[in-house]
Amino acid sequence: MQKRLANWGNYPAVASDENVFTQEAQLRKFVVSNTHMIARGNGRCYGDASLGEHSISMLRYDKVLAFDKENGILEAQAGVTLDQILDIIVPHGWFLPVTPGTKYITLGGAVASDVHGKNHHVDGSFSGHIIDMDIITGNGETICCSHTAHTDLFWATCGGMGLTGVITRIKFSLKKISTAYIKQTQIKASNLEEVIRLFDEYKHYTYSMAWIDCLQKGDSFGRSILIVGEHAAPEELSAKQKEAPLKLPAKRKLSVPFNLPSFVLNTFTVKAFNWLYYGKNYKKEMHKVIPYEPFFYPLDAILHWNRGYGKAGFVQYQFVLPLNKKEGLVTILKRISDKGWGSFLAVLKVFGQQDSLISFPMEGYTLALDFPVRNGLLPFLDELDEIVLQYGGRLYLSKDARMKQEIFWNSYPNAAKFAAIVQQYNTNNRFVSLQSERLLLTK
Amino acid sequence: MPTVLLLGAGSDMAVAIARKFAAEQYDIQLAGRNAAALQPLQQDLQVRYGVTATTHDFDATSFGSHPAFYNSLPVQPDVTICVFGYLGDQEKAQSNWEEAAAIINTNFTGAVSILNIVADSYAAKGQGTIIGISSVAGERGRQSNYIYGSAKAGFTAYLSGLRNRLFRSGVHVMSVQPGFVNTRMTQHLTLPPLLTAQPEAVATAVFKAAKKKKNILYVKWHWKYIMLIIKSIPEGVFKKLKL
Repeated sequence: MQKRLANWGNYPAVASDENVFTQEAQLRKFVVSNTHMIARGNGRCYGDASLGEHSISMLRYDKVLAFDKENGILEAQAGVTLDQILDIIVPHGWFLPVTPGTKYITLGGAVASDVHGKNHHVDGSFSGHIIDMDIITGNGETICCSHTAHTDLFWATCGGMGLTGVITRIKFSLKKISTAYIKQTQIKASNLEEVIRLFDEYKHYTYSMAWIDCLQKGDSFGRSILIVGEHAAPEELSAKQKEAPLKLPAKRKLSVPFNLPSFVLNTFTVKAFNWLYYGKNYKKEMHKVIPYEPFFYPLDAILHWNRGYGKAGFVQYQFVLPLNKKEGLVTILKRISDKGWGSFLAVLKVFGQQDSLISFPMEGYTLALDFPVRNGLLPFLDELDEIVLQYGGRLYLSKDARMKQEIFWNSYPNAAKFAAIVQQYNTNNRFVSLQSERLLLTK
Repeated sequence: MPTVLLLGAGSDMAVAIARKFAAEQYDIQLAGRNAAALQPLQQDLQVRYGVTATTHDFDATSFGSHPAFYNSLPVQPDVTICVFGYLGDQEKAQSNWEEAAAIINTNFTGAVSILNIVADSYAAKGQGTIIGISSVAGERGRQSNYIYGSAKAGFTAYLSGLRNRLFRSGVHVMSVQPGFVNTRMTQHLTLPPLLTAQPEAVATAVFKAAKKKKNILYVKWHWKYIMLIIKSIPEGVFKKLKL
């Protein structure tokens, strides 16, 4: 049966049949008797990487298999979401080694996107913490791969957007924590130059990212707030927090109940939001100890926040530029500010070194922006793509719904090698997504 | 710790019910046709909720094996939940006896066979709870699924009689009438969102109702009234409808 499926950006939407699996045998049977399928988790990527003719829903393939509380190792099926994992591990003093800005993604999705977090410059991306994982490849075989076994499959699967097969089981290492709190510092930067300098000054912090107001011009161009943090030690907690250092206070969730009309987000409202957000930090530097949730997942507090962008949806645009090409950042931010198409959220982060096949991160600056879908947006983004390419950068496949194939092939240095490994495991074009067809990675 | 026996533990609804009871610190016995396939769920319950979970081979349609199955359980369960069911293919079952028999034997005969054993054991002890997951499809036969519906109707009547019989022995019997539930069994059907429950919602409703010793539970309250209307349509009119 065909259903309307779309990911978090609500763009694009496709008709696809959804096939739910709970057992490996059922899943294997489906894989070997169909073609043009793609595994899908919780639909929180922003693009079309998990959309295809037939979709394999992994959400009920969600059993947690083992948790070694002594050594901090978790083993689970691919459909478990990070929020469920946090509920299990945090009370025992463990945390995710790497987490993106939402906890509502599956473990399989975290691997397929090789997600990064605010600690990339210290801890790298998710793939670095995997002990081993199982993948059902195109011929129906389950292969266990790791940093030392079937390494070609391993590296083509981390960040490989599901094209090597269906990830079924993942075993990975956790990070030791002594409290569920983060000691956070916020520093105001009056322009882009300053925030880049601050990133360097604060690089010894485990977690860092900056929020940028894209609509500022002149002296305040690139006005931002740098947010850095560390897992708090027990003695840094307040008396109330100390009562149960590994337990979070309960709180209510807000929800956007329906798609807001698209005029709600315009230059004026985005300006007002950014003004309030920046003004909220009334001091140059602010310190506080907060639960991990608002630090890592500020937007998860508002369920269905994507509906704020209206029915037409939005695209997220995230690119990375090499460390020595920060002038590219200026060029791109100028283009956006000139266009007046303010992004509600613009997040800047400095990546550390990364040595992998097809994963997005590389040492440099990454900027993530949201744009509501409107006339003229796609040609504008094509212009930005050219600038990214010219400065030696690339785009994040998890957030891509529109990149032209030549941009991908020219910006990912290992594209050809990746495509060759995909061909080897993706027998008979079993795993095909809208993205892989658009980027000519599959036929 | 109290123990729950789940008969037909492989279904999405059973997984949700197992997790709900485990979250409330019940030990769980998972019984299904392929015990090995239940192992990931067993591990999941132990890791997430810190309870003891075990797996057991159980085939609803192999009636003769039921006494030995029940006697071999490591502990006598305090609560038995009969979740298994088989929707089958109505059109096929109309002319293919094997399909019809599979639907009847799974949904009705198999349930009677195993619950008779559990009922006797609970009656002798003077305590226990039996929960049967039946279906609103059993409340009136419709051309689109009357073989499944009539088997479930039989099961609903069985549960009602069992409740009547065991009341004086202190054993509680609850019938659950879920409407549409979003599971693997219904994944290829178009279901109206307002009337469709998630398995997790069914599980929570079952747990709460069992605590309150409810007799009949409709999951999604609308169904109680929908079925009242459907049952009140005169047969002369009903037979002309395309349902």
